Amino acid sequence: MNQEEKQLYTISIYTENNIGLLNRISAIFQRRHINVESLNTSPSEIEGVSKFTILIRMSEVNVKKIIGQIEKQVEVIKAYYHTEDETIYQESCMFKIKSDLLFNERQIQNIIKESNARIVTVNKAFFVIEKSGKKEEIDLLHRELTVFGIMQFTRSGRIAVTKDEMKISTMLAELQH
Amino acid sequence: MKGTQTIQKKTKKTETTERISGSEAVIKCLLAEGVDILYGYPGGAIMPVYDELYKYQDKIHHVLTRHEQGATHSAQGYARISGKVGVCMATSGPGATNLITGIADAQIDSTPMVCITGQVGSHLLGSDAFQETDIVGISTPVTKWNIQVTKASQIPEAFAKAFYIAKSGRPGPVLIDITKDAQFEEFDFKYEKCKGIRSYKPVPNTDKNALKTAAELINNAKKPMVVWGQGVILGKAEEAFKAVIEKAGLPSAWTILGASAIPSKHPLNVGMVGMHGNYAPNVLTNQCDVLIAIGMRFDDRVTGSLNTYAKQAKVIHFDIDPAEIDKNVKTDVAVLGDAKESLKSLLPLLNANSHTNWHQNFKDLYQIEYDKVIKNELHPTKEGLTMAEVLKEINTQTKGEAAIVSDVGQHQMIACRYADFNTTKSNITSGGLGTMGFALPAAIGAKMAAPEREVVAIIGDGGYQMTIQELGTIFQQKVPVKIVVLNNEFLGMVRQWQQLFFDKRYASTEMVNPDFVAIAKGYSIDAQKVTTRENLKDAVKGMIDCKGPYFLEVRVEKEGNVFPMIPTGASVSDIRLE
Ligand SMILES: Cc1ncc(C[n+]2csc(CCOP(=O)(O)OP(=O)(O)O)c2C)c(N)n1
Repeated sequence: MNQEEKQLYTISIYTENNIGLLNRISAIFQRRHINVESLNTSPSEIEGVSKFTILIRMSEVNVKKIIGQIEKQVEVIKAYYHTEDETIYQESCMFKIKSDLLFNERQIQNIIKESNARIVTVNKAFFVIEKSGKKEEIDLLHRELTVFGIMQFTRSGRIAVTKDEMKISTMLAELQH
Repeated sequence: MKGTQTIQKKTKKTETTERISGSEAVIKCLLAEGVDILYGYPGGAIMPVYDELYKYQDKIHHVLTRHEQGATHSAQGYARISGKVGVCMATSGPGATNLITGIADAQIDSTPMVCITGQVGSHLLGSDAFQETDIVGISTPVTKWNIQVTKASQIPEAFAKAFYIAKSGRPGPVLIDITKDAQFEEFDFKYEKCKGIRSYKPVPNTDKNALKTAAELINNAKKPMVVWGQGVILGKAEEAFKAVIEKAGLPSAWTILGASAIPSKHPLNVGMVGMHGNYAPNVLTNQCDVLIAIGMRFDDRVTGSLNTYAKQAKVIHFDIDPAEIDKNVKTDVAVLGDAKESLKSLLPLLNANSHTNWHQNFKDLYQIEYDKVIKNELHPTKEGLTMAEVLKEINTQTKGEAAIVSDVGQHQMIACRYADFNTTKSNITSGGLGTMGFALPAAIGAKMAAPEREVVAIIGDGGYQMTIQELGTIFQQKVPVKIVVLNNEFLGMVRQWQQLFFDKRYASTEMVNPDFVAIAKGYSIDAQKVTTRENLKDAVKGMIDCKGPYFLEVRVEKEGNVFPMIPTGASVSDIRLE
C-alpha cells in the first residue's frame, strides 16, 4: 500500500485514567482537520489502564505522525495503529421500531433472522433490536429496515482487538521498575 | 534487614509530615523545588496563597508584574537564561486567561515553566461562578501537562509531577489550577520529588546502530553541513557539540533559538538559517550532501518550501522528541535521545576532517552577502540610522558579553543577525510564536535570574507598547535592565511585507508614538533619545555604564528592510539579497 494513500486505520491508545486526556487526544485530531470516524473509550486488559479505540481514514505517513503526537502526551502509555486486516473488529447498533410492524410485516422477522440481529425487548408500542458486526452489515440492516420506518437508531464506535499479541503488558511490567 | 529498613522509613514518614493548609503547602512545594523567585498577580481565587507568600517573603521573592502576560514572559526569561524552571501565578478567570499567550509561547519554544492559577471553590465548578473559567480546558492544547486540584492532599503530588514534567525531556509549560477550598483545607503535608511517571519517557533510548550509521554518513560526506537548534542549549550539550563539529570540520548554522550555543565568531559558525538568515547557509542547504540537524524541528521559517528543501542531501536528525522525526523533513537516520549523550557517543566514531574546499563556499557566499547587505547595514553612508549599527555599537560596548532579549519584528531579525554572542543562553527571543510584547518582561526575568550578566532588551516601537506597563515592575523591583527601542514609527516587519507584496499599501502600520523618554522618566528610569549617528556611541556607552535600569530610544530609518529574505513559499536557495 502506498504510504500517501488514504485508508482506514484503527488506533489503539493505552492510557492512564485521566479526565483531561480525552480533550488532549481529540485536540490532536481537531487541529489537523482529521475527521474521527468513531471513538470509543473503555477499560483495557490491564487493571487501571484505559484504552481508546479510534477509527480514522488517512495516509500511513500521516497516521505515523499522529501516533507520535499522541504518544507525546504525558499520560499516554503507548499508541498503536493497525490496518483493517490486522484486527478483529465490531460495532454494535440498536433499532427502535413500532411493534405492530413486527406482526404485520413478515419481512421484518426474516430480516432480523438473516442478519443475526437480536430482539432485546418487545412491548405494546415498540420493539428494540440489537446487532453487532461489521459496519457494512449494520449499514445493510439499516437500509433494509428504513423502508418500514425506524423510530430510533444508534450505532456504537468500533471496538477492536489485534490478531497479533500486544506487547503492552510486558512493556508495562518493565516500566514498573 | 529489609524489614527494619521499611519500618525506619515509615517512622520517618510520620516525623516529616506536618499539618498545614493547602496554600502553605504550595509555598513549601515551591521551596522544595528550589524556587526563589516567582512572578504573578493576585486576585480573589488565589488570595490564600498570597497570604502565605507574605509569611514566607524572606524565603521566596514574589514579583508583582503589571499584567499576567508579563508574569509569564518574565518566568520565561528567567528560565531561558538560567536553564531552571520559571514560575508564575495568577488568579482565576481573567488572571488565568491572561497567561495563555505566554504559555503558548513557552510550549512552542520548549521553555520549562510552572503556572499556578487559583480557581473558584470546588462546589462552584461548572456553575459560571464569578471569575470561573475552564482554564484547564483552555490551556490544554498549549501545555505539556496540566491538572486541576480540588483537595489539599493532591497538592504535593501535583507540584512534584509539574516540576518534573516541565523540566525533563523536551521541556515545556505546565499548569496547576487550585480551587480555593483546596487552598484553605488543612492536611498532613509531606513532599517527595517526582522521579518518574510510568506513562512518560522523557528521554528516548539512543540506538547505537543509528549513531554508527550517522557517523559513517558524516565520515564519507564531501559537503556536510550542520543545522543546530535550541536542543543543544536545552540539553547543555554546547561543549559536546563543539567537540563534534571541530573534530569533523563541520560548517554549522543555527536556527534562531539555537543562537549563542557556540560563539558567533567561532570559525565553524556559518550563521543563521531561515527566512532572514544568512545567505551562505541557506543557499548551501541545497548543495550539501549530508545535512545534520541537531535539536531543531525544521520549522517552516527555517525550511521555506519543503518540496525543494535539501532534497539532494542525506538527512541525519538528532532529537529528544520522537514526534519531530519525519514530521516535516524525511530523515535518513534518526538519532533519538539526549543531545549531550548522543554527541558524546558520536565523537569517537568520527574521523578528523577539515573540509577546507567546502568551507570556501561558505566564505565566498558570505562575501557576497557582506558586499550586498551587511556592509551597508553596519557602515551606512546614507543619513538614517540603521538598526544594525545600533547592534554593532552594543556589541562593542558590551564586548559581546550581553544577553540580548529581543522582541518580534525587524529589530529581532537584525538583533539575531548582528549581535555578537560570546556565551551560551544569550539570545532570548520568542521564536516559534513570535509574540510581540515578549522582550520587556522577559528581560526582567532574565536579569533577575542572572544579575551578574548585562541584559539588553531590543524592542520595536510597536511591541514595546504591548507590555510597556512592565516599566512599573522594573521601577518597583529596581531591575537594572537596559532597554533599547529601535523606533521606526512603523510596525516595521509588516510594513516591509506591505512594501514587497502589497504594493506599498501601508494599512494600519504607521505608528504615532508618545514621548517614550518622558514615559520612562515617569517611572524614574534614566532615559535618552538618539536621532543622529554622532550621538549613538556616547548614548550606548551611557546606557551600559549606568548602574540602574536605562531606557534608550534610537530613531532609525523609517523604511528600512531586512535582507536577505526567503519569501514565503520559496525555496531556501531562492533567498533574495535585495
Ligand atoms: C502579538 C502580536 N501581534 C501581531 C504580530 C504580527 N507582527 C509581527 S512583526 C510586527 C511588527 C512589529 O513592529 P515593531 O514592534 O515596531 O518592530 P519592527 O518590525 O518595526 O522592528 C507585527 C505587527 C505579532 N507577531 N505578535
